[in-house]
Amino acid sequence: MTKLNSKIPEGLIKDKWANYKAHQNLVNPANKRKLDVIIVGTGLAGGAAAASLAELGFKVKNFCYQDSPRRAHSIAAQGGINAAKNYPNDGDTVYRLFYDTIKGGDYRAREANVYRLAEVSNDIIDQATAQGVPFAREYGGLLDNRSFGGALVSRTFYARGQTGQQLLLGAYSALSRQIGLGNVEMYNRTELMDIVIVDGRARGIVTRNLITGKIESHFAHAVVLGTGGYVNTYFLSTNAMGSNGSASWKAYKKGAFFANPSFVQIHPTAIPQHGDFQSKLTLMSESLRNDGRIWVPAKIEDAKAIREGKLHPNDITDENRDFYLERRYPAFGNLVPRDVAARAAKERTDAGFGIESNPTGEGVYLDFKYAIERLGKDVIEARYGNLFQMYEKITDENPYENPMKIFPALHYAMGGTWVDYELQTTIPGLFSIGEANFSDHGANRLGASALMQGLADGYFVLPYTIQNYLAYEINNPRLDPKEHKEFQDAENDVKSHIDKLMNIKGNTTVDTIHKKLGKVMWNKVGMARSEKGLKEAITEIQQIKKDFWSDVKIPGEVNTLNVELEKANRVADFIEIGELMARDALDRNESCGGHFRLEHITEDGEALRRDDKYMYVSAWEYKGENTEPELHKEELKYEAIEVKTRNYKTA
Amino acid sequence: MASKTINIKVKVWRQKDSNTKGNFETYELSDISTDSSFLEMMDVMNENLVEEGKDPVAFDHDCREGICGMCSLFINGHAHGPDTLITTCQLHMRKFTDGQTITIEPWRVGSFPVIKDLMVDRTAYEQIMQSGGFVSINTGGVPDANAIPIPKEDSDEAMDAASCIGCGACVATCKNSSAMLFVAAKVSQLALLPQGKIEGAKRAKNMIAKMDELGFGNCSNTGACEMECPKGISLAHIARLNREFLVANVKG
Ligand SMILES: Cc1cc2nc3c(=O)[nH]c(=O)nc-3n(C[C@H](O)[C@H](O)[C@H](O)COP(=O)(O)OP(=O)(O)OC[C@H]3O[C@@H](n4cnc5c(N)ncnc54)[C@H](O)[C@@H]3O)c2cc1C
Ligand code: SF4
Ligand code: FES
Repeated sequence: MTKLNSKIPEGLIKDKWANYKAHQNLVNPANKRKLDVIIVGTGLAGGAAAASLAELGFKVKNFCYQDSPRRAHSIAAQGGINAAKNYPNDGDTVYRLFYDTIKGGDYRAREANVYRLAEVSNDIIDQATAQGVPFAREYGGLLDNRSFGGALVSRTFYARGQTGQQLLLGAYSALSRQIGLGNVEMYNRTELMDIVIVDGRARGIVTRNLITGKIESHFAHAVVLGTGGYVNTYFLSTNAMGSNGSASWKAYKKGAFFANPSFVQIHPTAIPQHGDFQSKLTLMSESLRNDGRIWVPAKIEDAKAIREGKLHPNDITDENRDFYLERRYPAFGNLVPRDVAARAAKERTDAGFGIESNPTGEGVYLDFKYAIERLGKDVIEARYGNLFQMYEKITDENPYENPMKIFPALHYAMGGTWVDYELQTTIPGLFSIGEANFSDHGANRLGASALMQGLADGYFVLPYTIQNYLAYEINNPRLDPKEHKEFQDAENDVKSHIDKLMNIKGNTTVDTIHKKLGKVMWNKVGMARSEKGLKEAITEIQQIKKDFWSDVKIPGEVNTLNVELEKANRVADFIEIGELMARDALDRNESCGGHFRLEHITEDGEALRRDDKYMYVSAWEYKGENTEPELHKEELKYEAIEVKTRNYKTA
Repeated sequence: MASKTINIKVKVWRQKDSNTKGNFETYELSDISTDSSFLEMMDVMNENLVEEGKDPVAFDHDCREGICGMCSLFINGHAHGPDTLITTCQLHMRKFTDGQTITIEPWRVGSFPVIKDLMVDRTAYEQIMQSGGFVSINTGGVPDANAIPIPKEDSDEAMDAASCIGCGACVATCKNSSAMLFVAAKVSQLALLPQGKIEGAKRAKNMIAKMDELGFGNCSNTGACEMECPKGISLAHIARLNREFLVANVKG
């Protein structure tokens, strides 16, 4: 029997959120002061939640590992944020945004959550504008929109190529105000090490001060994780160097189910890898696909000549270019969803049409020649200037004159901590928001919808739903961690975990092991997966785990700044996350969204879902160090949407 | 764009913690790909140190794409290195030559004390932001985003100012260690928009007072900050800050 209760409110889809809010419990103003909330993370989700809850009167403690909340990885989002404003009058509605998101996620997301997301999307744009976020505008002074993959309308708001930065700085300014007012206690350069459970409820966390190494406990009436995604499991990704899955993983080990771990997104347009010392991959925003055309040489000998440096792409005529997305998907063309675009690139390069002159031989072109001819260089520069500059600094090539080289890269985790409609995990009092949870994107996320979800969770959902929990906490006094065994035990566990790591004193660096894990993940749990590959991956990851725990080398000391120790602590978790991802991918014997099982493809190479067997969220329960995790299934029911095969060939 | 490799010497500032005196150490690195980023070169250096059982060099970084503002470094006497309009993490080794010695230092600013090696404490920036770098509104209950049209020019200029990543290069470059460019970027962004205009004068006054209190120096309009700012934040924003500040003083 499943233990999952998703707590979806009664009523028609369009009434559920209103019904919920009308009947939920709220905390009265005098009691709010008596309640502490811990929020881990200062990204769009965590930052927005911390500011909003503090404004309401709760006492908030907020944590991040960077030196400032403003540096959370949300800052790096480029392209934009969706909302159903319908300002361009091109037919958008809340329902259509909801529909596109469910369809984009290949019918593996929970209807009620996604509808609510679409519903509050408009409030986000209003809120950000009121904060002074300088969204792009038209000459008439009103807000501009652009289109993004997977949609037939223009609903994406943007601030040059720095939308995430501007939205995050908006949330950060609200947060700074609350810190200044004394309503939020901010802990920078502090890493969550464990979650403390007292009588079955989340009651606090244990942290490590990254400068002094000090281990500390913090109490709260509820704990919220807004700690982002886990795709750095693959070592190379578009995420920041410090992005990690550890907070969600600690929660998993304390009893929070982990949902759809195998659902990760591979973004089609990143700058290809240059060599073995590569530390991360740089995204080129999906918005570029609005004006860039993707192609590879149509003739295999041309591709070969390009790789060998004997032919320049500008010398290939249009007839000899294969605009493979326009060819395969006439209705959406270059604007197909990310998973489709990424796989199509892989299909071409696997077939020998890759163009990169380095040993990978990968890469396809994203060409602005046509848009420059049509619109002029000025327009393209105004739209993408900073992205072009970034590209040129990295590759030393001018994208106004030569086509950009791009290739898919790991980008986003749709999977994450399982949460119910209230964003509460299976541990009472522990909530998860933003990329850290699994809730809204199913098996594939559409562009410009992560910013939307992070801010929806942080500004407009959690500040309501958490009160339904906190209303029952008003009589519970604050606990002093020093006087409670649960906190002391958790601190001791953390200390012995660190000692164990430090005492390995092996010969292999943390990065070496992480890169090894990354290779296995990319090759066997990446864009194309098979039963055989996944089984091999599990065995190989288990071996990597053994190697790690017997041979990792961490210099330095515990009670001081120790970057290698920080990395080791995260990699220990990535290894285990990787194994669960492979397990989940093995269980899901179908293709859907970003999860592509080679055993299940249609005749023309598209993903083949198996709705009769796999229309569920997989939620994994931790069962102990040497026991296999248990799979729980949350059946997905579609009442407001007719389930179809995704089709981007015709509209 | 043929990639090649170079051999270099790096002269790095090492400092155990804020209470200990620091010194330079020199490390030799071979076969560094010119396609690598500067921080990837430093990764190689640190991997070598770890292999030798030594303490790797601590430096701040996170996004590695020029947007989070976490990376810093004075490289051969320039904040964020020799290239213009980029951060250290976007600097590439093709800007250096075979056999070159590269000197790497932390920001040297009294208000940003060194934590370890190349890492500094920029908490002072946080305090300045908390003193007024916001519009005083709460979540919810705000007007429709298109209720107030804003001239595109103003909004574009606000966006220019809002591009500041809070890295601290301006302060580190300024001979007075002034934080004026950083403060001006925020004050100017919000002053340009009707939403922020309302508190404009008060904001300017509070942020400048906080900056002074935290020991940042005065602005003598030398313009070095603008030259080294990775986001090209213009001195024109300082002029706007001064106007807002004047208004604040007239109002009292
Ligand atoms: C390059 C790039 C471009 C993108 N572009 C877009 C786009 O155009 N549109 C869009 O919608 N989405 C985009 N995304 C996705 C989107 O940016 C993210 O999904 C979203 O910002 C995540 O926000 P978050 O608040 O959940 O997490 P994050 O912003 O990742 O924040 C995580 C927070 O948790 C903290 N933290 C993490 N682990 C710990 C720990 N163990 N202890 C303490 N603190 C911890 C961090 O310090 C940080 O404050 C992009 C993503 C990338 C990588
Ligand atoms: S003004 Fe420029 S140099 Fe100064 S903090 Fe901002 S981005 Fe950095
Ligand atoms: S590491 Fe983020 S700006 Fe350099």
